[in-house]
Amino acid sequence: MVMSAGTTPRQSIADAFAQLKQRGRIGLMPFIPAGFPDLQTTQALLPALQRGGASAIEIGIPFSDPVADGPVIQEAFNVALSHKLKLDQIFQTIATTRPAVSIPLIAMVSYSIVYRYGVDRFVKTAHQAGFDGLIVPDLPPPEAQKVCDQIRSAGLDTILLVAPTTPPQRRREIASLCSGFVYYLSVTGITGERTTLPADLAQNLDQLRTLTDRPIAVGFGISQPQHIAQLAGHADAAIVGSGIVRQISHLTDPNPTTIAAAIEQYCKFLLS
Amino acid sequence: MSSASPSSPVDFSSVPDPQGHFGPYGGTFVPETLVSALQQLESEYRKAQSDPNFAREFQSYLHDFVGRPSRLYFARRLTEKLGTAKIYLKREDLNHTGAHKINNCIGQGLLTLRMGKKRIIAETGAGQHGVATATVAALFGLKCDVYMGAEDVRRQSLNVFRMKLMGANVIEVHSGLKTLKDALNEAMRDWMGSVRDTHYIIGSVAGPHPFPQMVRDFQSCIGEETRRQCLEVENRLPDVVIACVGGGSNAAGIFYPFINDSAVKLIGVEAGGRGSALGQHAATLSLGRPGVLHGMLSYVLQDEDGQTADVHSVSAGLDYPGVGPEHSLWKDAGRVNYCSITDAEALEAFEFLARCEGILPALESAHAIAQLIKLSPSLSRDQVVVVNLSGRGDKDCQEVARLIGASK
Repeated sequence: MVMSAGTTPRQSIADAFAQLKQRGRIGLMPFIPAGFPDLQTTQALLPALQRGGASAIEIGIPFSDPVADGPVIQEAFNVALSHKLKLDQIFQTIATTRPAVSIPLIAMVSYSIVYRYGVDRFVKTAHQAGFDGLIVPDLPPPEAQKVCDQIRSAGLDTILLVAPTTPPQRRREIASLCSGFVYYLSVTGITGERTTLPADLAQNLDQLRTLTDRPIAVGFGISQPQHIAQLAGHADAAIVGSGIVRQISHLTDPNPTTIAAAIEQYCKFLLS
Repeated sequence: MSSASPSSPVDFSSVPDPQGHFGPYGGTFVPETLVSALQQLESEYRKAQSDPNFAREFQSYLHDFVGRPSRLYFARRLTEKLGTAKIYLKREDLNHTGAHKINNCIGQGLLTLRMGKKRIIAETGAGQHGVATATVAALFGLKCDVYMGAEDVRRQSLNVFRMKLMGANVIEVHSGLKTLKDALNEAMRDWMGSVRDTHYIIGSVAGPHPFPQMVRDFQSCIGEETRRQCLEVENRLPDVVIACVGGGSNAAGIFYPFINDSAVKLIGVEAGGRGSALGQHAATLSLGRPGVLHGMLSYVLQDEDGQTADVHSVSAGLDYPGVGPEHSLWKDAGRVNYCSITDAEALEAFEFLARCEGILPALESAHAIAQLIKLSPSLSRDQVVVVNLSGRGDKDCQEVARLIGASK
């Protein structure tokens, strides 16, 4: 464990899941787009999400063409990019804020960005900034294999996606490439809130559990406390993205502190 | 990772590899949700390739419905005017629906039926691929949704009406610059949710494997015919073949059958737009660098963070920040020369061909004509040049009138 500047020791992704297991509860993993609506807010949000009960935080790197994202996250990325947000500013903000949070930080980033920045340069910089893991949602195997090695040699965990459309043998193969956890997509579709979760979700998760001993986090379409409660016992963590982004978008006071306080409350509500 | 260049000579007829790699380019860079559909498509395509019934069916639709073979027309007045090489036009503009796009749609339409899927979706820029998809949907009784950028809906309104007449639903896309790239994003998002019962007919030699290979193969009828026709009338192969390149499907279709004929010079013409500054053009191969976009590794126009750059072209079909991966390979290997033509040059060529030959070319194809005009002083009288006239210009008349003034 690396000691952070504060009093709490910094947790690895494995630590975070071990702690959840020990406490016998499902974790909350909020997703926030970096630089939305600005980097001051990102800086204020990270410790607020931890206070709100998050077990880890997923930080989306804004991309011009996010084909897996629905309108809410697309719009947030557009807002961030319209302020001429650069990758190096995001890394800087994470590095500055890192001592204030002890839970794992995971970057979700398109391979378009990673490739252009340079894979080795990207993973090294992300690790130095204080990220613990990387999700590259548009990099499935076999293309993922070599990059996963590069990610792990930089000291970052790999997290890959399993979709409802992924056949069992391939699920096993994908899980074996994950060092952090397996990211299971609850729906066949793009990100965005849904009123109900698919009826066969719990069954699919239980089946996935028989194929891997890695922790499983579920994302896409989760936005209600009852969704998370439903997933308890079937998944180790629930990822909430569009729900949180929409909360941020709806706040009329753009003050980072106000946003952070509201989102902290929202996390507590989700875990209630 | 900087520019990827193949270290050893590439056998152009043995690409892609089973994972869809054209040398360092191509591949599959999509969310996991789409992987199984791409694998299904690939396996269905492989089966079809070795099934003589599929070939027969495909050929019969090309012959009876599309009207193939398209003519290789000796452009006498154009040849006289330019005064150097003998010029032939490969008349893809005479195909049913007015462009080469229909060739690919027939092929993928037949595959859709084989996969038992009931709905097709497509992206379109100029609307030619949208019209071809709508046509095939009507022909095969499939439900059809076409995504089109709002800016392209405006400048290609005739094609929007044609699609609607054939029963397709045209969905206007308002994100980004409201052009081809944005339409492709939206079609991908649709497919993320509909992948189990929907086939996405990508219209170019772009996107994840197996699209670049499959579309190239379906479009190769252009080059195969050109080769045969040229041998028939000239008793030799052409010296130069010129085609415009947006995503690159008409160019791949005419180039591929000549790829091992090293004496045949191949020239790909990109959209030079208003200038060489990023955002003013769509000359991806000429001015871009390797990157990842829309499921493939290929040349792209991006900023230094990997954000897709804005593009501009007078031609909606060339207005795209990426290009098919096989073109990237051909560029690096020096097999094809890629150059660019500005909006103004393309418009001039549009009018020139209309007056000189009585043919209105699509603004896309007008880029290839403009390159021919530029090149002609360096050609000699004993040379034979083929220009791929990938589409007809009827769809562009309104936009050209707006740009040059209807007073003409």
